[in-house]
Amino acid sequence: MKEITNINILAIESSCDETAAAVVCNGREVLSNVISSQIALHTLYGGVVPEIASRKHIEKINQVIEEALAEANMTLDEIDAIGVTYGPGLVGALLVGVAEAKAIAYAKNKPLVGIHHIEGHISANYIENPDLEPPFICLVASGGHTHLVCVKDYGKYEIIGRTRDDAAGEAFDKVARAIGLGYPGGPKIDQVSKEGNPDAIKFPHARMEDAPYDFSFSGLKSAVLNYINGCTMKGESYHQADIAASFQKAVVDVLVEHSMRAVEMYGMNRFAIAGGVASNSALRAAMIKACEEKNVKFYSPSPILCTDNAAMIGAAAYYEYLAGTRHGLDLNAVPNLKLGER
Amino acid sequence: MRILAVESSGLVASVAVVEEEATLAEYTVNYKKTHSQTLLPMLDEVVKMIELDLDTIDAIAVSGGPGSFTGLRIGSATAKGLGLALDKPLIHIPTLDGLAYNMYGCRDIICPIMDARRKQVYTGLYAFEAESLRTLEKQMAIPVAELVERLNGWRRPVVFLGDGVPVYRECLDAGLTVAHTYAPAHMNRQRGASVGALGIRYFKQGKTETAMEHQPDYLRVSQAERERAERERAAREDAEQEAQA
Repeated sequence: MKEITNINILAIESSCDETAAAVVCNGREVLSNVISSQIALHTLYGGVVPEIASRKHIEKINQVIEEALAEANMTLDEIDAIGVTYGPGLVGALLVGVAEAKAIAYAKNKPLVGIHHIEGHISANYIENPDLEPPFICLVASGGHTHLVCVKDYGKYEIIGRTRDDAAGEAFDKVARAIGLGYPGGPKIDQVSKEGNPDAIKFPHARMEDAPYDFSFSGLKSAVLNYINGCTMKGESYHQADIAASFQKAVVDVLVEHSMRAVEMYGMNRFAIAGGVASNSALRAAMIKACEEKNVKFYSPSPILCTDNAAMIGAAAYYEYLAGTRHGLDLNAVPNLKLGER
Repeated sequence: MRILAVESSGLVASVAVVEEEATLAEYTVNYKKTHSQTLLPMLDEVVKMIELDLDTIDAIAVSGGPGSFTGLRIGSATAKGLGLALDKPLIHIPTLDGLAYNMYGCRDIICPIMDARRKQVYTGLYAFEAESLRTLEKQMAIPVAELVERLNGWRRPVVFLGDGVPVYRECLDAGLTVAHTYAPAHMNRQRGASVGALGIRYFKQGKTETAMEHQPDYLRVSQAERERAERERAAREDAEQEAQA
């Protein structure tokens, strides 16, 4: 009988403002997960500055990779393949990880597996949930993305719905700025909302007649801004926590409603969330409740695997590696890469 | 000694393998900025052509800037990845020093210029003395008019090269009072072999760094940082004026 061998993947992620590297065994066991965050740097500018992000990536990338290898107690010779995010994201930021990964793969003669960032977020769910296997429905919500995806098989995705304008996390950032909470908006609104009344203000829940699974958050964002302007014009003060909680509820309601409609429509008994917004406590609570009511098993990654990280890229790269996906030395960063494209 | 050289600071993409006595291979393309897709396949081609075992190189020399921010990072990340994987040191060659080295032995002042946009050039002033490249003025980003003034002050013949020449040639011709010429096509752009040959000199002087330490020298802060500094300065000046009034 042939001995079953472990596949160890060194994964690299640099699509936005985290420089990350990880070593993942067989797609599910994280041997190391190193993240160098730039959030403090970008806070000065109220959001991610692409050029600053790219500069920070090049400064940190070798250190992060060496730490990931050291923590996994592994040398490059013991690595079976290199996985790297090549889109979507900020092109200058992506290029750092892609060029670095290609050079390492080339010098060590290792297979190179390019990964879609969203595929990474979805795959984060495999890490802590050994029983989770496709098919399932996954909601990916972050600062750059809001997708409702049917995961048909490993590496096979059908996009059911997406945002027409702002990503959910983007709406959190913009509203947080408007009510004086600052960047990054997600965790700050989550925190402040705990003190507020989610039913204090009725903000609109956008629904599209022609696309029941699509999202739109720009109308909601404008409604919040209008509400604040209205208060200012009338010389009234507004209650920050109530606005935060009411806004958060409007986002969560829509995300839950669309997700559960998809679960029902596709007849799935498994549902997962992923992406930075998946660490929002109100969203988690509402999803757990909705899934219980429908008798659907709910999956979510721990917060550390919700933010951008490389362990999730390693998980995705393992299944792509098994499926035979290989990229050449000419792999380029693709800032608007579509999920499911090769 | 054997140095692998990488240059992707501008429109040129170039890789070279250089030894003390000769350049083993050089692959230079001055066409489109597709360095992300072309640089590593070019290296692979060179490696195959000269049957190079990458483990036999002593160090990786990389053109470290200034230049296109993205181009510099592609070269830098490639060199850092190779350095990490092969466990070899890096040699940071200032891009304008590398360009000046194209003109080995030249008796005039060597003035490489790169178009830095915003009516500026990345430039430096160099001369050869006793077989070595001497830096008269370190690489910098300055308006082209200021460069003309500085060169007129040196009162010596000058030779220009670099991608800034076609952009600023008229300004230079109009303003310069010193004799000046322009380098011909085989030596007027970045070359991997120059980066590698200068790399050998740096290596012997112990001027190496680890792959982890290396990062490009942009000579300029990002636009966001510049605008923030300007806003802060303006606010400070307003506050001072108010205090005086």
